[in-house]
Amino acid sequence: MDSDGTHERTLTLEAFADTVVPGEKRFPGDVAIAGASAGGGAVAAGALTLLEWDSAGLDKALDDYVRDLNAHARQYAAEHRLSLDPTLPPFTALPFERRTELVTLVTAPGHPEKELWVLLALFCYMAYDSAAHMHTADAIAAGHPGLTSMGITPPDPDGLWRYPKNSYGRPLARLHPDTTASGSLR
Amino acid sequence: MTSVERTDVLVVGSGFGGAIAAYHLAAGGADVVILERGPWLAEEEFEHDYKLGSSYTRIFDFTVGDGMNILGGNCVGGGSVVYFAAMPRAPRFIFERHGDIGRRMWPASIDRDALEPWYDRVAEALPVSTQGWEDVSYPGGLWAAACNHSGRTANPVPVAIDNDRCVQCNWMMAGCRFGAKRSLLTNYLPAAIAHGAEVRPLHEVQRISRTDDGGYRVHYDIMDGEDYRLRGDSGTIDAKIVILAAGAGATPVILQRSEPVLGPMPHAVGRYFSGNGERLVTAVMNEERVRDVLGLDRGDGTVYEAFHIGKGPCVANWDRLDGSLPEFSRYSLEQLYFPPGLGTILAQVPGGMGPVPGPSWFGLSKKEMLKRWKSWLIIFEMIEDANEGVFGPPPPSGNAVRISQQMLGRGTLRYDPKPSTLRAWAQADADAKEILERDGLAHAEAWSNDVVGAYTVHPLASCRIGDDPATSALDDRHELRGHPGIFVTDGSAVPGALTVNPAMTIAALAERAIPGIVAAARERGVEVQYGAPAPDGGTSGRLGVMNIVGRR
Repeated sequence: MDSDGTHERTLTLEAFADTVVPGEKRFPGDVAIAGASAGGGAVAAGALTLLEWDSAGLDKALDDYVRDLNAHARQYAAEHRLSLDPTLPPFTALPFERRTELVTLVTAPGHPEKELWVLLALFCYMAYDSAAHMHTADAIAAGHPGLTSMGITPPDPDGLWRYPKNSYGRPLARLHPDTTASGSLR
Repeated sequence: MTSVERTDVLVVGSGFGGAIAAYHLAAGGADVVILERGPWLAEEEFEHDYKLGSSYTRIFDFTVGDGMNILGGNCVGGGSVVYFAAMPRAPRFIFERHGDIGRRMWPASIDRDALEPWYDRVAEALPVSTQGWEDVSYPGGLWAAACNHSGRTANPVPVAIDNDRCVQCNWMMAGCRFGAKRSLLTNYLPAAIAHGAEVRPLHEVQRISRTDDGGYRVHYDIMDGEDYRLRGDSGTIDAKIVILAAGAGATPVILQRSEPVLGPMPHAVGRYFSGNGERLVTAVMNEERVRDVLGLDRGDGTVYEAFHIGKGPCVANWDRLDGSLPEFSRYSLEQLYFPPGLGTILAQVPGGMGPVPGPSWFGLSKKEMLKRWKSWLIIFEMIEDANEGVFGPPPPSGNAVRISQQMLGRGTLRYDPKPSTLRAWAQADADAKEILERDGLAHAEAWSNDVVGAYTVHPLASCRIGDDPATSALDDRHELRGHPGIFVTDGSAVPGALTVNPAMTIAALAERAIPGIVAAARERGVEVQYGAPAPDGGTSGRLGVMNIVGRR
């Protein structure tokens, strides 16, 4: 592990993001991404970029997050008698199912730190489901894994979406019998 | 030495409550200044972009509370710029609700019949349109067909949308780029400005104090145009009348912060908050079953796969809006688009569709559910909640401690749902699930309250009107009890959940409050008249209310 902790920080945050929206390993021996799912997950979607962007507002808290998450992982491993690879940050050293269980525990109702972990998960999620660190059209054009997987269609050439075909175009139910001319109920 | 700035009427906030008041008072001859904490964007600045910093995040606000989160507008035009423009009138029984205070919540002077002429004024002003089935997007049509299949009715929802100009892009929350949505930027606000009202964006009001002459001094901070965590100079404006319309998540906070200098606030300031009983159910549709059971297709071999197409809510099931049913068992089920970003995390993997056991709001199964995103259908429940929300002590500035440069902040609202609310949600959840899952049409699950609590896009009732001083902050003329000359005209004033989208009722109540505010202004020496036509010059709405105003 490097002396300034940058590597530990990246590995830990990537492992957390990969637990929230899992993906495939980027290269053989990729320890941060557990490889639990085919296709890119939150990490490939840009979770670290979004977390470290000062506009998002979590950047100054990330070192604390890393320290606390690894402390939880150490405690979790001790309670479950798991031996962790000492060359890895403790959370990263947990198998995927254990990472998932630990994130479930710290985001459960009643956990004193719940709000903080949900906030971290929220930004990992947003990297995947809306690419909040990129222009949406650019993200789609670049094959962003989240937007692509969700099937978000590209915009028109001017960057705007329009759907000229948008309606089944026929009555599909009876109206409520008390409907007035204004379209509301009597 | 700086001179004291003065105006007749100071309006805080430029959403429905603020814009309507500003228009009528300016048109009647008063000097009006509107302070709006958000930016002022023109139509060409409304972007189709989820990037943090685009109009999608600049113009709305997500305030995290304890048990309740509020999504609201933050721009000139307020909620009307980010809303989905659904404009139903509240059902008749709503005005007879008791909630849990043991007596009628609404003032005796207001019921559906009394509010009808004011609804008509709003319908003329925006204007509000009915939708034909050809205006109903695929998701709305699918919901209608599912309701019909289970023996229910379904109604296209009245909207403040020019259906001919709408391209069903589903970017309404980022502001309408096509001039189709009738936000306040297209009617009341330009008309107010034409009559001399001045709008000052990026002015966040912090508190109100008294002046020696019986008026009020409004204290504001200037906000940075991009990073709302930054604030610049502060200033004050003196006014004879103050109209608070900062939204139900901010109006009570301004009053709480003013209490040390203004004197005691009514008990109901910052209490009785309602999230309009809102909750979402996400269904993942089975495309084959939709084709086989409902007979739907888009004409190109596609059955549905159209969650992303549309304009917010199009069709509602109103079968439970029946005044003969007991309170807390009446609700509407409305099709709704909810864009990716802040909310998707809360969609739950429905039971029976996850490939592996595990958490349902994140992880492996959720990722699989996201792959089916185009086949999602979201149903918006609006039940009768029990006004459980209470605001804690105000934060140092604004109504929240901001986390992100825009949008995300931590507020002081606490919301602990009572059994009556939980039962109502459970009943609506089961009803929606029954409709959606009948004959294998879909797998459906309600959003989790376990992750961040409940979620509302229609905050209400934190400073409500009523006849009982113990449970209402405002009298039936919207004047703050004990503080003559301060009026509240936004969603804070609505006494409780409405079981339908509230913009129409907020606007109608604001219209109804104006003659009283004009009278109060006149008593304070402002030469102002009541009686302006609709913003476009239409007079039928005015004709409809002048009899009522004359009788007062």
